[in-house]
Amino acid sequence: METGQFLQYLVTGVTMGSIYALVGLGFTIIFSVTGIINFAQGEFVMLGGMLSFILFDSFGLPMGLTVVLSIAAAALLGILLYLLGIRSARKASPVSLIVITIGASIFVRGVAAEIWTKDPVRPPYFTGSESLSWAGAYIQPQVLWIIGTALVAMIVLHVFFSYTTLGKALRACAISRQAAGLVGIDARAMALIAFGLAAGLGAIGGVVMAPHTTVSYESGVMLGLKGFVAAAIGGFKSHTTAFFGGLLVGIIEALTVAINWGPFRSEYADAVALIALLVILVIRSRSLSAGERAS
Amino acid sequence: MRFGVRALYQNKWAILAFAAMLALLIVVPLSPVLDKYTMLLTFIAINAMVTLGLCLLMGYTGQVSLGQTAFYGIGAYISAILSKTYGVNPWLAMLIAAAAAGLFAYLIGFPIFRLRGNYLAMATLGLVLVVYTLFRELGSLTGGPDGMSGIPHLSIGGLHFNTPATRYFLVWSFCLAALVLSQNIIRSRTGRALRAIHGSEAAAQSVGIDLSRYKVKIFVLSAVYASIAGSLFVHTLRFVNPQPFGFLASVMIVTMAVVGGLASIWGALFGTAVVRILSNEVLLRFGSLDIIVYGLILMVVMIFVPQGLFVGLRDTFQRWRLKRARQEAPT
Repeated sequence: METGQFLQYLVTGVTMGSIYALVGLGFTIIFSVTGIINFAQGEFVMLGGMLSFILFDSFGLPMGLTVVLSIAAAALLGILLYLLGIRSARKASPVSLIVITIGASIFVRGVAAEIWTKDPVRPPYFTGSESLSWAGAYIQPQVLWIIGTALVAMIVLHVFFSYTTLGKALRACAISRQAAGLVGIDARAMALIAFGLAAGLGAIGGVVMAPHTTVSYESGVMLGLKGFVAAAIGGFKSHTTAFFGGLLVGIIEALTVAINWGPFRSEYADAVALIALLVILVIRSRSLSAGERAS
Repeated sequence: MRFGVRALYQNKWAILAFAAMLALLIVVPLSPVLDKYTMLLTFIAINAMVTLGLCLLMGYTGQVSLGQTAFYGIGAYISAILSKTYGVNPWLAMLIAAAAAGLFAYLIGFPIFRLRGNYLAMATLGLVLVVYTLFRELGSLTGGPDGMSGIPHLSIGGLHFNTPATRYFLVWSFCLAALVLSQNIIRSRTGRALRAIHGSEAAAQSVGIDLSRYKVKIFVLSAVYASIAGSLFVHTLRFVNPQPFGFLASVMIVTMAVVGGLASIWGALFGTAVVRILSNEVLLRFGSLDIIVYGLILMVVMIFVPQGLFVGLRDTFQRWRLKRARQEAPT
């Protein structure tokens, strides 16, 4: 394979990987604060993308405003999911919480299909579509937006959780909710912030992704699963590992398409990523279940 | 005395309900008024076998699986391919399919049940999507997204299961057999071990219950149920495509189990019937409204009656009977 061609696949891998990284960061935020895996995380990405298209297409709002509104609306829905779905289910077992978030996820998907459209949609590019050429590979400006957003999100989250009071309070809940309560941290408020933050972050992913890949009401499942793989690589604890986990999933997927031989064919790209999920989960099962017990 | 009264009411009502159900089941395909529901009830019986496996796994053992439709699909496709493409006897194909699904569940069971809760749910969800992708992409074998038609029907000697009524009785015999078998398993040593695992894995382990052995055992059983249901499905419909084995189908099975009350054998049947009737008779007319309603059902039931709708109703009914019995009893 030529270098240029290889680089092209790599760019595709890193681009998709950055999207998975954003989804994975959302999983990590909610899990690290509440111990809950939000099975509806992929739907916030879908919502971000769909909303930005609908606001632009139906209401003719300028792109900048649609981006902000879409993210805000998704964050609000994340908070609603927490208030109506999670908090009202008192003493819920993990099984119940899984079922509740799955219920929320297909509910959101059904509503999106019903009130908007079942066809894939594509909002306009942020900054034109003229490709840049680099060492034989072509890079669209939107790709730079996607990779840049994921990178910035990872760094901002890292700084936020490490150096700000609120970030530290959120992490305190992750370590021990009781102990956090004793020093005056409201664990419920923190959980609410985590859900809002994760949903907003998911929507950011959807907003930057949609012009490049298109988005439809069904996009959430696969994005959610791959983001989950990304987060699982980091054990749902580390934002940086979730970020690189996302890139890894994206690159594995792109290479599967590149090899295009035997079981590594483009039709099976999703399946290969999912088998990677199964392998990672089983290999990490000991440390993952240890983490679950501690939370 | 309290226990005596309670047991009497429980038994009497359970027997009555069972007899009424059987009578209704026999009448439906034979009566000219109700026979339009034969097909619907046939599919309820098929789905109920899949739901039943999930109830054993999720309700009794506390292990979430979003992967039951994978085994359902494996049964369906192995049966379809063997009997149509290779001309194998449909009964033999069904047996091979069930054995293959069971073996597959056994092999992946040990690694997968090292996971718990959320991770188990995601892993089984991944499994469904992998299997679904294979059904769709292995076109030369499975017919791809278009599927395969002209699958032979089942027959014994001169009895051909090729009319709605004969297929109905065939499928319901399998379904009732699975329900009764499960009821017996739940009351056996295995059943007690499963409930112990649900209660507390550490406590179960401390009294000598081999966790992974029991989890895998029930996983294999649920896979075999689902596989047989899949075989019955293709020999009934005589057509198969990947659509009934995807992610949404899996969520539908979870919805049925949740409505049925997870830890209840007969609830599995009840839940399947409610969801299936709701979706066929009401929601089919409103496009994608069905998944909105499933989503709502899942959320509302889990928030307000986490033990499931059927079990919640049954418990309320029993409490009410008990209260009345106590008021009437002279003190």
